Amino acid sequence: MRFGVITFPGSNGDHDALMAVEMGLGQPVELVWHTETDLSRFDCLIIPGGFSYGDYLRAGAIARFAPVMESVRAFAEAGGPVLGICNGFQILTEAGLLPGALLRNASLSFECAWVFVRVENDRTPWTQALAPGTILRLPIAHGEGRYYADTATLEQLERDRRVVFRYVDADGRVTPEANPNGSLNNIAGVCNERGNVVGLMPHPERAYDRLVGGDDGLRVLSAVLRAGVEVASTPRGLGSGHTQR
Amino acid sequence: MSSTQGWRADVYVALKPGVNDPQGLAVRDGLHRLGYDEVSQVRVGRYIQVWLEAPDETTAAARVREMCERLLANPVIEEYRFQVVRIDAGH
Repeated sequence: MRFGVITFPGSNGDHDALMAVEMGLGQPVELVWHTETDLSRFDCLIIPGGFSYGDYLRAGAIARFAPVMESVRAFAEAGGPVLGICNGFQILTEAGLLPGALLRNASLSFECAWVFVRVENDRTPWTQALAPGTILRLPIAHGEGRYYADTATLEQLERDRRVVFRYVDADGRVTPEANPNGSLNNIAGVCNERGNVVGLMPHPERAYDRLVGGDDGLRVLSAVLRAGVEVASTPRGLGSGHTQR
Repeated sequence: MSSTQGWRADVYVALKPGVNDPQGLAVRDGLHRLGYDEVSQVRVGRYIQVWLEAPDETTAAARVREMCERLLANPVIEEYRFQVVRIDAGH
């Protein structure tokens, strides 16, 4: 399965993703510069973490206009698996490919830590075969990761089970203490209506080997291998999953 | 020549009232520590100036509103207001 990792000026998680796919999964992977527009050679895409365009205006706000983003949108609308990590999650919400927004952490601190998240939804290519309730230990590193959506959107996300990851304690309990940034409902990651686009603040690509502190992230990255191209042809949900904003 | 005129939009962007603003809270606490006990609330936003050409104020305002919706503000979390002022050529 061929992975594409999008690099924007200011991305810093792109090489982490490259290493994780190469060394952790042993799959072919390429960095894709933000000016490229042909993504047809890829089976799945990772939008990595970092500070694209210096986080000017709002995190992810400028990256959304990069030439490559139109192709990412087309790829997502065709059902291709897309994973947005940290800044990648912020970019996908700014682009309207995922609902909600990521706000400055409630603590006002840049939070750099290992956290626990619980898998809530296994109907995405990135969580397939991870039973709901599975607890993963993943690192976070962000200043703007507080998930927010208005009440109606939030209720709909919960009703449609589109919350994919939730911050929990080591025993899997949703508590305020386990919430590193003040995200509503302890939300760490969500998906689009169809389920093929997933965004999360924690960094699975930085947890691909015990040598780097943990390997739970591989379970997320490798899930897509099982999904294969089948995902592209089996739409879930009703809408096309865009213009949610 | 053409009938376009120069305008400047002063755009104010802030988090919606219901959205927790930790920056504002931190600034409020700072003001309290300086002795400004009368301060009850602070919210921190963004001020953006946009210079543009448009045939009239209505058109200028319509364009700026669109800019706010599409980029200057994120309607999911932010609200905005702006005023458009006429500027003389050369400014």
